[in-house]
Amino acid sequence: MTSIFPPALVFILGAVLIPFLKGRVKSVYMLILPIIAFLVLRGIPVGNYVIGQIMDKDLFLRIDKLSLVFGYVFILATFIGIVYALHVKESTEHTAAFVYAGSALGIVFAGDLITLFIFWELLTIGALVVLWSNKTKAAQRAAYRYIMVHLFGGVSLMSGIILRVVETGSTEFSFIGVSGLSSYLILLGVAVNVAIPPFHSWLPDTYPEASVTGAVFLSVFTTKAAVYVLARAFPGAEILIIAGVIMAVYPIFFAVLENDLRRVLSYSLINQVGFMVVGIGIGIPLAFNGAVAQVFVHVLFKSLLFMAVGAVLYRTGTAKATELGGLYKSMPITLVFTLIGAASISAFPLFSAFATKSMIISAAGHEGMTVVYFLLLFAAAGVFHHAGIKVPFFTFFAHDSGKRPKEAPLNMLIAMGIASVISIGIGVYPEALYSILPNTVDYVYVPYTADHVISQLLLLFGAFTAFSFLMYTGIYPPEKRSINIDADWVYRKAAPAVVSLIGSPIGRIYAWFARAVFETLPRFLAWVTKNPLAAMKIGTDTLLLPLSGGSKEAKKSLAREKAAYPGTVAQWSVSTALGIALVIFLAYLILLFI
Amino acid sequence: MIKHLPALLIVIPLLVAIITPIIGRLHWVLSWYAVTITTFISFVISLLLLQTVSVQGRISYWMSGWEPPFGIEYSVDYLNAYVLIIVSFMAFAGAIYSRKNIDVEIEDETRKPLFYTIYLLFVTGLLGMVVTGDIFNIYVLLEIASLAGYALIALGKKRQALVAAYNYLVMGTVGATFFLLGVGYLYLMTGTLNIADLAVRLPEFYETKAIFTAFAFIVVGLSIKLAIFPLHFWLPNSYGYAPSVVSAVMAATGAKVAAYVLIRVMYSVFTPAFFTHTPFNIQYIFLLLAVAAILVGSIMALAQTDIKKMLAYSSVGQIGYIVLGIALMNVTGMMGSLIHLLNHALMKGALFFAVGAVVYRTGLCSIENLRGLGKKMPWTMAAFTIAALSMTGIPLTVGFISKWYLAVASIESGMWWLVPIILLSSILTAVYFWRILDNVWLKPAPGEESHEHGHDSHQKPVKSNDAPLSMVIPTFTVAVLCLVFGLFAYAPVSIAEKAALILLK
Repeated sequence: MTSIFPPALVFILGAVLIPFLKGRVKSVYMLILPIIAFLVLRGIPVGNYVIGQIMDKDLFLRIDKLSLVFGYVFILATFIGIVYALHVKESTEHTAAFVYAGSALGIVFAGDLITLFIFWELLTIGALVVLWSNKTKAAQRAAYRYIMVHLFGGVSLMSGIILRVVETGSTEFSFIGVSGLSSYLILLGVAVNVAIPPFHSWLPDTYPEASVTGAVFLSVFTTKAAVYVLARAFPGAEILIIAGVIMAVYPIFFAVLENDLRRVLSYSLINQVGFMVVGIGIGIPLAFNGAVAQVFVHVLFKSLLFMAVGAVLYRTGTAKATELGGLYKSMPITLVFTLIGAASISAFPLFSAFATKSMIISAAGHEGMTVVYFLLLFAAAGVFHHAGIKVPFFTFFAHDSGKRPKEAPLNMLIAMGIASVISIGIGVYPEALYSILPNTVDYVYVPYTADHVISQLLLLFGAFTAFSFLMYTGIYPPEKRSINIDADWVYRKAAPAVVSLIGSPIGRIYAWFARAVFETLPRFLAWVTKNPLAAMKIGTDTLLLPLSGGSKEAKKSLAREKAAYPGTVAQWSVSTALGIALVIFLAYLILLFI
Repeated sequence: MIKHLPALLIVIPLLVAIITPIIGRLHWVLSWYAVTITTFISFVISLLLLQTVSVQGRISYWMSGWEPPFGIEYSVDYLNAYVLIIVSFMAFAGAIYSRKNIDVEIEDETRKPLFYTIYLLFVTGLLGMVVTGDIFNIYVLLEIASLAGYALIALGKKRQALVAAYNYLVMGTVGATFFLLGVGYLYLMTGTLNIADLAVRLPEFYETKAIFTAFAFIVVGLSIKLAIFPLHFWLPNSYGYAPSVVSAVMAATGAKVAAYVLIRVMYSVFTPAFFTHTPFNIQYIFLLLAVAAILVGSIMALAQTDIKKMLAYSSVGQIGYIVLGIALMNVTGMMGSLIHLLNHALMKGALFFAVGAVVYRTGLCSIENLRGLGKKMPWTMAAFTIAALSMTGIPLTVGFISKWYLAVASIESGMWWLVPIILLSSILTAVYFWRILDNVWLKPAPGEESHEHGHDSHQKPVKSNDAPLSMVIPTFTVAVLCLVFGLFAYAPVSIAEKAALILLK
């Protein structure tokens, strides 16, 4: 064994102690853990190390420029998230959060596919427990769907990994590229975690159900760790450009319609990840760097926004746009941080995304992908629309809800402050971020050109005008009370036609599919197996009913059968079992003698 | 002394089994001591045997000095030693666990020494089946283990236990008879009963109908004992109504030994060369049954409301995995099967132990009644959760290791379509364990629902009332082993690899 200690284990093993500590000691301990992890990470030189063995395969830890960027931002996000969650007394969520963050670090520094898969599944379990720790019924149901979807993804990933290991004979985790069944399966498994449509619906389904503090962690790790895998294994895969553009554009409509602000942020999360996926798909150094830089800044401003909305939720008990408004007087500091987050995500000049998002968009332009270029511009405007304006506007201004909550707790404010300062810092001095990016390009990307600043301001102004117009004319949808996007949006008078035409059926298909696979099917199987014979009879009778003309008697007897189900199950008698044994014996004899 | 270890492995428990009811008349606890110490000695002997095998290779012990094939030979190689360790360890853990468990599940004081006597005979039979190198001797010890098994199941408190034991008796006897008939055919043709000798003499008769018939008899007989779907009829009720400790030990050892015998017969008596002589590729029957077992077992487990029956059906599915590896007929597949023997013993053992602890505290074992138990019995439920995660095949647990090898083996033998079946059934497993974990950790205990909507600060912390230590320690140890052998899988994997290489040489 080597003396290298994986940073992931600092978190995961460190988490074990948390339930045994109390009060101030616990707080200090949790704040020190990310710092230790950072120091450990700094202490390991770039390279590949064997950190253990499972079965007959070595497990590797890989440190290189790409993994370091992700590692730094994950540790930073953990620190911020923990500061934000310091007021939470219960240990379950903290422990789970550290396991969760540690698994993400494990994925990022995995040098082989088995290590990757181990942390991949641990990540799912960590996220599951984080979800659980919000003890509402809705959170628990969401957790069930979450685990099922991700187990499905895990199965696909594992099949792909096994196929690949058998094919190539090595477990090395490096460039895979889209070719052959194994790579499709791996891509599919990763796509579930990246939330590429049609596998995205778990994200807006679960994140809004998490606790105030849990959502901050959730918003960081699952998708970004998966983006790392894409960046490592599938750079330049063209299918990712298409997937990424869909991700960037498609959620905008949902985000506009949605009433729950944390769900708005969830959709906007998918939209932002879309930019990263496009960048990885384009694959030229500029785009790739842009994607990685986007991950870095995105983690900060997205958790900042989740923290801000979370703080409001914490103080007022709701995150619904219709129930909020007019909070600017009572929560002014939170307002400022929200505005910084909003400006960052919308890529205002001097805020972080300005320096990164344009790298991807201009790379698309550079490569002559005109359609992609314009769709991304549209998506960028949409971001400003829903995340940049909608979230602060409906929370702090709009109609006065009459709520006068206290300002957010001090630890929350500090956490938001850290994220804000770094977001502005990167916006003002992007070279610091550029210097740690993986690809060294021969030219330095300069974000602050007059053209870029002006075009970006124009774009933002256009989006702002559109919003103002819609608000002024009173047709902006979220002022209508809505709970479920599937059920009632048809009745909304101004739901954009595009959404109802495309989005609604697709959304319903997802919902139906998830229900069918993960809830109805198991229930049906359980129902049938309670009394297979009677179930089969009911089934055939139901099918035969229309054929027989649907006489009343037949209907009645069918209803009777259903009511009596499952009745007393006719147990197999010994003689049946013996009969089966004989049949199998005969089958053997016949097959052997012919 | 070391030389006589294979015989001592059987002789010691057999003799102690005779004394147990006698000392039990003084006080039943004495019989508990007798059984616990004896099973521990067996465990130590098994470890010593493995150590000896790794030093000097296959051990051949001549019973009372008669040279095989004339006398009975006890032979131990890596495979035997490996299975012996599984059986004796689980028997030992079960013995510790049984002390408090039978307080509830077999209340009658006078029956307790009886229980321990039969328990020891059961273990003796199983150990004997593994250690012997004589196929007729396997039959004899199989009957000892089976008869003891019927009696153990009949000790269950509910009346259905008697019916279950009776059904098992009928099925088991038919299975044993089939096995005996097959052995008879083999003896008729070759004139020998020694396994090593059979392997030498059989090839000249490979294409005779008598040998085909013998094969069919033996395999179907063992399939009944192993409860391969659709011959699993006896299993769910037996495991469901037996005392928990019996369910745990039987699930962890009984099926494993039957699988061992199947492996022995298929690969040491009928060598892989035999299967090239059959007109039909037997492999496909096994694969078909294995896949059916995996799917049907998991689906049936979904429908159960009684947690012990659910675990029993899940055993049917897990046996499918073991058979799958055996049927793939390559080294990786055999390794997968052998590793799963250990892994399933640990997982199912821990699960049944945990359920037994719940029965001890609440007296009930329906899934509904598990609500809120996470707070009341944290250690037991933590063990249950670890084992449940293992069953779904989460990495770093033993379940992952088994599935990895089975999947790799499927691809190696060109049957990649097995991979989704192997892995998707782990999602089914997750579904049926989710129902339980959901009840255990998330739902409030019955009668406490009213608190749910109250303020958190007013909620009284639920007092932990875990099972007694003598139950929690074995449960938790076995569950932790699920993690240990998932993390440090090298030890079982290397033994399984050596055993598989010997079998498929």
